[in-house]
Amino acid sequence: MSSKSGSGAREPLVHLSRRASISPLKAWGIRGAAILLGLLACGLAAFLLIEKLQQSPEKIGDFYYSFIRGSFSTSRKLWKFLKNTSILLCISLALTPAFRMRFWNTGGEGQTLVGVLGAIAVAFYLGGKIPEWLLLLLMLAAALLSGALWGVIPALFRARWGTNETLFTLMMNYVATYLVSYFLVIWVPSGSSSLGKLKYGKLPQVYNEHLLIILIVVALTAGLYIYLNYTKHGYEISVVGESVRTAQYIGINERKVIVRTMILSGALCGLAGYLIAAGADQTVTVNSAGGQGFTGILVSWLGKFNPLMMILTAALIQLLNQGAGQISQDFGVNNALPNVIIGIVLFFIIGSEFFINYEIHFRRSGRKESAGRAVK
Amino acid sequence: MNIWLNFLIDSLAFGAVFIYGSTGEILTEKAGHLNLGIPGIMCMGGAGGCLVLNAIGKSALPPFVIVTLGILGALAFAMLCGGIYAFLTVTLRANQNVTGLTLTTFGVGLSKVIMTKLDTVVYLVSTRDYFRWPFAGRKDSLQLLGVLFFLAIAVALISSWVLFRTKTGLHLRAVGENPGTADAVGINVTRYKYLATLIGSGIAGLGGLYYIIDYMASQEAYLSVEAWGWLSIALVIFALWRPHMTIIGSTVFGILFSLGSFITNVSWIKVTMATIPLLKMLPYVVTILVLIISSIRNKRENQPPASLGLSYFREER
Repeated sequence: MSSKSGSGAREPLVHLSRRASISPLKAWGIRGAAILLGLLACGLAAFLLIEKLQQSPEKIGDFYYSFIRGSFSTSRKLWKFLKNTSILLCISLALTPAFRMRFWNTGGEGQTLVGVLGAIAVAFYLGGKIPEWLLLLLMLAAALLSGALWGVIPALFRARWGTNETLFTLMMNYVATYLVSYFLVIWVPSGSSSLGKLKYGKLPQVYNEHLLIILIVVALTAGLYIYLNYTKHGYEISVVGESVRTAQYIGINERKVIVRTMILSGALCGLAGYLIAAGADQTVTVNSAGGQGFTGILVSWLGKFNPLMMILTAALIQLLNQGAGQISQDFGVNNALPNVIIGIVLFFIIGSEFFINYEIHFRRSGRKESAGRAVK
Repeated sequence: MNIWLNFLIDSLAFGAVFIYGSTGEILTEKAGHLNLGIPGIMCMGGAGGCLVLNAIGKSALPPFVIVTLGILGALAFAMLCGGIYAFLTVTLRANQNVTGLTLTTFGVGLSKVIMTKLDTVVYLVSTRDYFRWPFAGRKDSLQLLGVLFFLAIAVALISSWVLFRTKTGLHLRAVGENPGTADAVGINVTRYKYLATLIGSGIAGLGGLYYIIDYMASQEAYLSVEAWGWLSIALVIFALWRPHMTIIGSTVFGILFSLGSFITNVSWIKVTMATIPLLKMLPYVVTILVLIISSIRNKRENQPPASLGLSYFREER
């Protein structure tokens, strides 16, 4: 990097240039190779961290087999895998419109959490007093509104004064966390600060308790794909993301787009919160979103902000998560192991993007070659 | 000792965790890199230090050497994590937010796996008093002001001096504001970015060790280090990217955070349990207000570094 320019200076050993394009096959080949390398590195890390493997190294086969077993060995695990993937995907989808316009919404965690809180608040105060179908609708409205509110506050300041949205949305997560603990203290005066499962406000079962959630998220994926790629709003989002100046030049009101998109993004996080509240947990804790607001950022980015591709990336993360959960159970390791595994694999995928975006040229022997490139 | 004075010293001591975290983050951000991996790095710093102390805690080494080796262990682990972040974001030009968040996931997870394998009696009980020199053994909160507390103050002051009073600091800030221009005048952008990230990570890692070994000195302390990492990132905004301001800011944060548990012990202040979460929310609300106000006033020197979050590719400028 520090080569001096001027006559007689040698061409640097490595020289990078941005690729104009890359064939999808090659790009996926690189990503696939990265995932394999990542899993290999996980195996190495496992030898360092898991005593049972150190004692009997032949169990490494079991280690890798657990990734399959964690999600597919029983139908209960499979449904759990599908449901958790759906909820993670829902949060990732919610964040995607914001990311497409280069608005770094790191507040998915808080927007989801207030969604859960809003839904549960309605169920807590009105549960049993009004018909169940009305309750479920009101819960949905409350979840969407609170999520949208949490998303639009940073957006308003960003649109008006250019306030840094990454840091603002990040802080809103913690305001949400303590808002939840505030309400828990009010609702549960005994001091145990655990609300327990509510009796009312549970989504109806379709085949089993998971299928409805999955169907809703599938519909959302298709809807968002169309919204982002085939509507005027989606186009405006892309233009604002590509270049604010272009947007201003062709008459797009960039502030309006930012505020509108963040209302959508927050509301969809609220929807995820609703699915968690009415579909799965029926209660609220400070961990209701469980870090998925952050994981969703990774899922969305890995999926190139493309809703269809994000189905795969969400499934990959959930597969690693449940697989590593199985490993920590089988091998008796701390239950934080999934985070280590996901982290390692993601490092490799993140690194691999470089080889997709950039071309590496090594210095060739002979001046002719380099002279030829310099002209080009 | 007066309970209010006791409370103040306790808050000051608690604040040192954030001084480390946010000073480290400021150095990294001044090079144009928003490192959201700081919570993970702090956890790993704590785990690294404890891992070393777990090996030497019961040995006959002089206390001074044990403390130094513990600190070096924390630095090594934290800088290793910082190295991963720097390699991915500087050399491979990966997205900083994504890399940072992944690092936090990884670091928090790995530190938990490591910490559950260690023996509290060895790494904590036998070494705690060495770290609490010179006030070890006192019954009041003065005992919390140990080696790592004073180191935190020194680190913050030295960082400010380097950043704003030396040529190196000027170069570093130039890299964070406009790497293209810095490169054009002959500053080695890559080297500055690497060094700032590595040193910043090392400093942040000490915060994790300090919290586990000295301030809390308890078996479960490592579980809350992540939360303090996020608060440290908030404090960077509060301190307007000036390391020396973190000393004041962290004390304020420390006071706000421990106020909740403190005032329930003061007989003449009547508070309900519900006020405590609201008090704990205050540091974040205050941070948001500072962020908003500084963006409205729009003074150049109170803004985030101009190229924060963007990768630098020489051939694209």
